[in-house]
Amino acid sequence: MHIPDALAPAVAFEELLPGVLKGTHEFRGELTLIVDPADVERAVRFLRDTRGLIFNYLSDISAVDYFDPIKGYGDYGDRPARFGVSYHLYSLLYNRRIRLKTFVDEDVAIPTITTLWDGANWLEREIFDMMGIPFEGHPNLRRVLMPEDWEGHPHRRDYPLGYETIMFSFNADEINKHKPYAKD
Amino acid sequence: MATTSKRPLALEIPEATENALGQGQTWEGSLEDLRGLVSDRAITGETMLLNLGPHHPSTHGVLRLLLELDGEEIVTCLPDVGYLHTGIEKNIESKSYEKAVTLTDRMDYLAPMSNNAVFSLAVEKLTGLDVPERAQVIRVICLELTRLNSHLVWLGTHAMDMGAMSVFLYCFREREFILDMFEKLGGQRMMTSYIRPGGVWRDLPEDFLPALEKFLGYFPNRIDDYEKLLTNNPIWRDRTEGIGVIEPEEAIALALSGPCLRGSGVNFDIRKAMPYSGYENYDFNVPLGEHGDVFDRYIIRVHEMRESVKIIQQAIKKLSSASGGFRSNNRKFVPPPRAELGRSMEAVIHHFKLWTEGYSVPDEEVYVAIESPRGEIGCYLHGTGGNKPRRVHFKTPSFMHISALGKLCSGYMLADLIGIVGSIDCVLGDSDR
Repeated sequence: MHIPDALAPAVAFEELLPGVLKGTHEFRGELTLIVDPADVERAVRFLRDTRGLIFNYLSDISAVDYFDPIKGYGDYGDRPARFGVSYHLYSLLYNRRIRLKTFVDEDVAIPTITTLWDGANWLEREIFDMMGIPFEGHPNLRRVLMPEDWEGHPHRRDYPLGYETIMFSFNADEINKHKPYAKD
Repeated sequence: MATTSKRPLALEIPEATENALGQGQTWEGSLEDLRGLVSDRAITGETMLLNLGPHHPSTHGVLRLLLELDGEEIVTCLPDVGYLHTGIEKNIESKSYEKAVTLTDRMDYLAPMSNNAVFSLAVEKLTGLDVPERAQVIRVICLELTRLNSHLVWLGTHAMDMGAMSVFLYCFREREFILDMFEKLGGQRMMTSYIRPGGVWRDLPEDFLPALEKFLGYFPNRIDDYEKLLTNNPIWRDRTEGIGVIEPEEAIALALSGPCLRGSGVNFDIRKAMPYSGYENYDFNVPLGEHGDVFDRYIIRVHEMRESVKIIQQAIKKLSSASGGFRSNNRKFVPPPRAELGRSMEAVIHHFKLWTEGYSVPDEEVYVAIESPRGEIGCYLHGTGGNKPRRVHFKTPSFMHISALGKLCSGYMLADLIGIVGSIDCVLGDSDR
């Protein structure tokens, strides 16, 4: 079987899908491609199906919150938006990994990639559950780890820690005084 | 079950009374909530809905499966996880990197060393920390012992689910020896936290290698014993062959990994594909299945145990010639030995700084994956530039495998489901984190 030569992903994007790639980043040999949230499904499909790329195995989808309590909302350093969502893909053919990353603000939906891999279903549900990032077109976007009636998204950096304190006292005022969240 | 669509699915909390939960909250789940998830026949009451778990003995922990049954045939299977969610990832965000290692043990409690290793490798990649050769060899020994440990528990419980009680006793007998060795290494039997960023916690104790060699002396024969009980047993074969079949393309689409993926014949073992901790220097085979059924996943894990023994034997030979210590000498990341503290002021400073503040890592992200006994366990680690991570996310094989259960078991009988759940080897601590 003839296997076509591997292509450099960034070059392939420039040639075959111009305008989609917003930037690249390399750290310790890990290549990150940055795209707009609306282009995620297109870009992942391109990475999966293009000759010479064939990133055909979905390793992971992770999300990170760049909110910093000291800087406050709106200031995320050199990142364009509050959340980063990283798609870690692996090529079983060429034995290499790649990260596709996109930045979204609150309540901005990302197109789902469950159309490409069924395995993305629960990974996207987990991100929705933990970070509150919605995925457009997801067949069953419900919480997966937290209870269905849970309020808030625990992995956001502004989610209060220590919400449920151990109560050594039965005095309600005493208990309220030690709770770290806003009182109003 | 009743056939009206209004019937409640879960316990109804009674209306607020003065002393109880109080807030006037009620939750009335109804079949309408499940529309789209189960077939319409379940809504009309033609098929039966059955709850399996979350404490059913064959679901290995708190896995709940909502099954739609047509007679005994499974139409839909909706897995429900989260009962063991303990917020480990969130907890790590408020810990320094060195202290976070102990939390990773608690995720996949049958393979704690794999979790330690993937987190340590991620921290090492992020900080650029070196790991001496000897530490890498010790890690390989630990990782393979963990694989044996985990596969033994899996084999015992899987066989017991299917009605072969005696295998469980033999497997746990051998597992005891492995846990005893872990106790020699880390002081604890299960939650060892032995593998840490920069190497391992301490050097191998004197009585470890003799115990290991003794174990390796008899263990291969014990694997033969397990196989005698199961592999050619007609009942075992009847219950496992042709059950839970998954095609290679489908296995990739469902992001399965480890023995579940290789059972379908996809040759993807991270130890071979992207070696870490010096796995490229070991000679071992990756067993592959042909049919992708429960039996193939069983036989692959049994063969993997033999390969693990081979790897450990090679590692013992390498141990005497491996250079370096059991952990890195980079004092900015690894605390100095106790003996140095009495002589060197610098060592005292390093010791103090490392155990109070910890070390800073760059504001960058890495993804590291290793081959745990269950499959690809990945660690996505994002630093802040300070001493605590911004985000750590574990991609765990059990989570992916449970999400695939719906596809794996539809069309099979209820009794086959027990075998399928066993064959994907899910650990709920691993799945829920």
